[in-house]
Amino acid sequence: MEALSIIPVQFLHGLVYGMLLFLVASGLTLIFGMMGVLNFAHGALYMLGAYFSFSILRWTGQFWLCMIVAPLLVGAFGILMERFLLRQVHRYGHAHELLLTFGLAYIIEELVKWIWGNQPLHVEIPAMLAGSVQFLGITYPTYRLFILLISAIVFAVLFLILYKTRAGIIVTAAVSRAEMVNALGINVPLVFMLLFGVGGALAGLAGVIGGPYLITNPGMASTIIIDLFVVVVVGGLGSLPGALLASFLIGELQSFGILLIPQMAIALEFLLMAVVLIVKPEGLLGDKA
Amino acid sequence: MLELNDINTYYDNSHVLHNVSLDVKAGETVALLGRNGVGKTTTMRTIMGLTPARMGEIKFKGTDIVRWKPYQIARAGLGFVPEERWIFPTLTVHQNLLIGQKNVADPGGPAAGRWTLEKCYEAFPSLKKRQYAKGGTLSGGEQQMLTIARTLVGNPEMILIDEPTEGLAPKIVEVVADIIRDIAEQGMTVLLVEQKLAIALDLADRIYVISKGMIQWYGSPEELRANDSVRKAYLEV
Ligand SMILES: Nc1ncnc2c1ncn2[C@@H]1O[C@H](COP(=O)(O)OP(=O)(O)OP(=O)(O)O)[C@@H](O)[C@H]1O
Ligand SMILES: [Mg+2]
Repeated sequence: MEALSIIPVQFLHGLVYGMLLFLVASGLTLIFGMMGVLNFAHGALYMLGAYFSFSILRWTGQFWLCMIVAPLLVGAFGILMERFLLRQVHRYGHAHELLLTFGLAYIIEELVKWIWGNQPLHVEIPAMLAGSVQFLGITYPTYRLFILLISAIVFAVLFLILYKTRAGIIVTAAVSRAEMVNALGINVPLVFMLLFGVGGALAGLAGVIGGPYLITNPGMASTIIIDLFVVVVVGGLGSLPGALLASFLIGELQSFGILLIPQMAIALEFLLMAVVLIVKPEGLLGDKA
Repeated sequence: MLELNDINTYYDNSHVLHNVSLDVKAGETVALLGRNGVGKTTTMRTIMGLTPARMGEIKFKGTDIVRWKPYQIARAGLGFVPEERWIFPTLTVHQNLLIGQKNVADPGGPAAGRWTLEKCYEAFPSLKKRQYAKGGTLSGGEQQMLTIARTLVGNPEMILIDEPTEGLAPKIVEVVADIIRDIAEQGMTVLLVEQKLAIALDLADRIYVISKGMIQWYGSPEELRANDSVRKAYLEV
């Protein structure tokens, strides 16, 4: 019985990590996948969300408030980043963006250590989510199910906005032909700045949600950043369903990898990436170039 | 309606437009003619703010717009139909048109002569048929019609049309020329770049001839027809 129930539990573990990964990567799908801005500081934005949330929680004791305020703060930070750093270097290409955002990620990490210290921080989750739930003979922490719920909501809302509203259509068009959209009367630089803000806010939200689960610590950005790029590229640049699928696969690969071949668990993800990129270079659900 | 005074435009250090001056009056169709690479597209890009002029003045309805951003110029009432067409390939025909719309709601119903989605589909039946097809799957002619419709649905007061018949089959060339004639007859002000001289002579009220980034000649279609030396020097190959 014990041995059998480990499979659904391990599946759930993988699903939760995968969906958290999706939550962080959704913002990068907008920023890198769609806009093509190589933002290596996306993990740092996620980390800022977690730390902002820690502080807001300490001052107010309101986890729900964290879920609103921290993403707004990180979103605003993202907007400033786009306006004053990335917009200036975008036309020089990816190398400039990579170096600039790589440096920024370092600076944020050092600032985080300086302000909040090197130690991992304990973030209290609200009492309502602290227990566990029983279903299908499994006992599972409520908070992890909450992560699944938030990811599902974020996916649904983003999907509807991106693919079903005029705003989403404008984003797609602006990404493919900025000059034309501009000449049709749409303020494209503003669209990009707001999109960057939304991407940042999503990273911030992921930080609030992920902090208590993956532990708020100064290394959390650099731990996740490579996974994020793998998700966006394997899923297919700019494809939200692709990012969801890739996150799911990577979550499960890690979860079952650790169980079955622990020595290779980390490598599995990159094996998947290599296979996908060779067989389907545009990514699982990406548009053919 | 539109007036360029001594416009000078550069791509980095290469000086492309030299003191270009021209004007287009309300309701007129003016053609800008010249050989390949002489600066016709650059003139349109400059008017639209996509490649801003370094010196000179561009007056649209009396206001100098030379430092304005493209989206501000578009909102002021100038529409641009680019040579490259720039259809959004992953969006449907319908979605392409939605991008062109400036204000989605038209309170009190559309005023007479205003372009709505319905009117576009009426004027371009081939687009209605392919309403839900991806822009990238359209034929060259359909793409050209979509480009024109997408600009019209934003209800500009004047449109810049860059080589609309380029690369189209002779039959489609006629269709596109008819569309432009219709639009102009409905009162639209048009600045047209067109390599096919017969079409330009037929559509235009007045003509400017440009060479090496300088306006060399201007006059009526009849004058150009009669002027062999200008045609030989600047247009015919
Ligand atoms: N983006 C650019 N960068 C540098 N030079 C350019 C650029 N675009 C055009 N040019 C140059 O500017 C000059 C004018 O080009 P333009 O496109 O305005 O010509 P055109 O009259 O529209 O030609 P065509 O009939 O081939 O469309 C050409 O010499 C061209 O090589
Ligand atoms: Mg041209």
